[in-house]
Amino acid sequence: MAARLRFITCGSVDDGKSTLLGRLLYDAGAVLEDQLDALRRDSRRLHGEESLDFALLTDGLEAEREQGITIDVAWRYFHTMRRHFIVADCPGHEQYTRNMATGASQAELAVVLVDARKGLLAQTRRHSYICALMGIRQVILAVNKMDLVGFDADVYASIVEPYRALAARLGIETIHALPVVAPDGDNVGAHSARMPWYTGPTLLELLESAEAEPAPPRAFRLPVQWVNRADADFRGYAGTVSGGRVAVGDEVVVQPAMQRARVARIVTADGDLAAAAHGQAVTLCLDREVDASRGDVIASAAEPAPVADQFGCHLIWMDEAPLLPNRSYLLRLGTRTVNARVTAIKHKVDVNTQAELAARRLELNEVGYCNVDIDQPVPFERYADNRTLGGFVLIDRQSNATVAAGMIDFALRRASNIHWQHTDVDKAMRALAKGQQPLCLWFTGLSGAGKSTIANLVERRLAAQGFHTYLLDGDNLRHGLNVDLGFTAEARVENVRRVAEVAALMVDAGLIVLVCVISPFRSEREFARSRFAEGEFVEIFVDTPLAECERRDPKGLYRKARAGEIRNFTGIDSPYEPPLQPELHLHAEGRRAEQLAEEVLAKVAALQTRAD
Amino acid sequence: MTQHLDLLEAESIYILREVFASFQKPVMLYSLGKDSQVLLHLLRKASFPARPPLPLLHVDTLWKFREMIALRERVAARGDVEVLVHVNEEGVRQGISPLVHGAAVHTDIMKTQALKQALDKYGFDAAIGGARRDEEKSRAKERVFSFRNAQHRWDPKRQRPELWQAYNTRLSPGESVRVFPLSNWTELDVWRYIRREGIEVVPLYFAAERPVVARDGTWILAEDARFVPRPGERVERRRVRFRTLGCWPLTGAIESQADTLDKIIDEMERSRSSERQGRLIDHNATNSMERKKQEGYF
Repeated sequence: MAARLRFITCGSVDDGKSTLLGRLLYDAGAVLEDQLDALRRDSRRLHGEESLDFALLTDGLEAEREQGITIDVAWRYFHTMRRHFIVADCPGHEQYTRNMATGASQAELAVVLVDARKGLLAQTRRHSYICALMGIRQVILAVNKMDLVGFDADVYASIVEPYRALAARLGIETIHALPVVAPDGDNVGAHSARMPWYTGPTLLELLESAEAEPAPPRAFRLPVQWVNRADADFRGYAGTVSGGRVAVGDEVVVQPAMQRARVARIVTADGDLAAAAHGQAVTLCLDREVDASRGDVIASAAEPAPVADQFGCHLIWMDEAPLLPNRSYLLRLGTRTVNARVTAIKHKVDVNTQAELAARRLELNEVGYCNVDIDQPVPFERYADNRTLGGFVLIDRQSNATVAAGMIDFALRRASNIHWQHTDVDKAMRALAKGQQPLCLWFTGLSGAGKSTIANLVERRLAAQGFHTYLLDGDNLRHGLNVDLGFTAEARVENVRRVAEVAALMVDAGLIVLVCVISPFRSEREFARSRFAEGEFVEIFVDTPLAECERRDPKGLYRKARAGEIRNFTGIDSPYEPPLQPELHLHAEGRRAEQLAEEVLAKVAALQTRAD
Repeated sequence: MTQHLDLLEAESIYILREVFASFQKPVMLYSLGKDSQVLLHLLRKASFPARPPLPLLHVDTLWKFREMIALRERVAARGDVEVLVHVNEEGVRQGISPLVHGAAVHTDIMKTQALKQALDKYGFDAAIGGARRDEEKSRAKERVFSFRNAQHRWDPKRQRPELWQAYNTRLSPGESVRVFPLSNWTELDVWRYIRREGIEVVPLYFAAERPVVARDGTWILAEDARFVPRPGERVERRRVRFRTLGCWPLTGAIESQADTLDKIIDEMERSRSSERQGRLIDHNATNSMERKKQEGYF
């Protein structure tokens, strides 16, 4: 029997994908009697006629049945005498493109449907592009509704030819085309008498004979999933081989730390193995103590994976909130999760024409080519070589939503060419010389909340007590370091990133730094926090109601914002996300700045005592 | 064929290990059916040679078949994995019964509400279940790591995209996930795997002569003294077996001669009806499973 085949059906809405898949299942004998009875009932109820609506076999959600569309991927399983199949029925609507990409990430082949009356549509091109991007190298083009164009071979040819040209441009290697009538089953499970001019294989035959997975990656890779400590003497690294083969005695290297060892045992519940290959879930024991944990990669010592902390990659953006360059996201690659940010959108891709367009952000369902920077070097592969170590997801730090799929193209060289210069005098020594615990006091709150006033009082008192301090004020920095930045969401992200980096350097220098920036987004404040050691970062929420800030309006900005003279003003036409768990929450209304400064000083004093 | 089952096994082990590594307090929902037994077998394989690093939880409605409870006791006695049992005591006090209150009320109170109680009581953040996507249409739409909000609700329109095997396992406080390692298995795969691995299942899956009555187009087992025949019903002895097991008054048997694994697989290969047709709870309304799932049913 041929190896299992995973495929997807895609194409524009109303091209008949769900119907074709339902018909395919029916012809393959995968629809059982009681399901057929239910289908007859549902078809009659919805359409009041005798014919079967095969789409009802797969559109299982209430909203899908109400609207007659597919919202999310439906997974179906069937087999013939020749092979097992897993098929993902993907939605056609543009707004659900992310679900289509999800299906494509699990598939080796795509059945692309086209309505013979309409020819190639924007969604045909979009889906074919995403299939190619996801690494699908074989497409079956099913030209559907041939009965509505009089079974005309010329109409068929006029669709197939431009599609072949499109596929070649996208790098899809294998194209099979065939004419079908999905509800009647022409050329689905059996040859059609109505189109004698088509003499090729049926859809089912094409699927039965298609290539399964492309050759797996050659070099041995095992992302460590879970460290198994069965007892004091047993330490095994559990994971699934994602490329190549490993045998007992092989020399391996634990990446990224590059510790060498030999494989002592390959443990499974069914007994030890002499060797394990791509796709097998095993547990490796090594012949010496190494410090390996979840996220590391055990690789062939002769051919280790490349290691980098900057990539060029394609991103498919999947969230309603847009991608903002320089915002910090979590990146999950293999079994490792790290902090990452997109440093540049080189271009976005018009998925209909594949034209490269300039972009400052990516919106839902947009594809871009980006540079990604992560906060530590990780082992990876090109996506084209290894989906497991070349495909990643980005996760929003606040909502935990999966916001993007990424496909690594190559490492950016400049990362490996810039080394961290070791210095003999370190943070601890500098702090000791100053006799203080370095801190970052991060004041956040609306414009006019009183951040700078309070911080100024705090710094004056600290200086008087002999502490070494510096005050970074957002407004002042915009005259120099951040002179090039405006007030769009993208610019605010970059503004806060720069301030956080400068503050981190000053804390490294041993100072107590007071930062006053509105910093309206939680994500960026979380990023700022991530630049500091535990206990060094003190988030201070100066909580003054908007009405009060607006009444004070020390710089006259609220008046201008209300008059429409300033755009993107926090609290007016741009959001402020209050901290959920600040180290210090200053309820500022009706209290004097001196009282609030006392609260901050008490907090600083407590942290200084603990440092002693 | 071997290759197909090997692939499924390896994928499931990968998913289970993601659960071990990613969650603070995971649990495996253990319902004593054939899928649960396969899941337990995979759980042992995934953690071998260590013991499974999480407990099993049986939500007992007190209307399970005796043979199921006997199997539970045998598994608990083996001692390599902790077996927790939870009953909705409030439901017991109210005297909730499938015979009196019907399938919908019984299932909601003794299964869905009971499950939520148990998850809240122990603070589990991940619950592994044996559901398969081939069982029902709304299941076919569900992710492997299926996200639930703090009220245990499933929103099919807001599922996380699930790319490759890069599962996003991050949760906010109060949220949880249901994890389905058998998503890509079919009923036939499950039986072939049971045969290949020699996994113990409840004897009710095998055909034997049993006391049954014909009710609602299926055979209901006269399991214990709580069974009262309705007017016109007659208890008779028939050679029957079960394809799926739930609460006995709600689970229909089929007439069958399949009393070995080989015969069951042979019967399945020739069967022209689906597994859940014997489950009365699925037949209440169109999309009833989707609605139950949105409310927190497994």
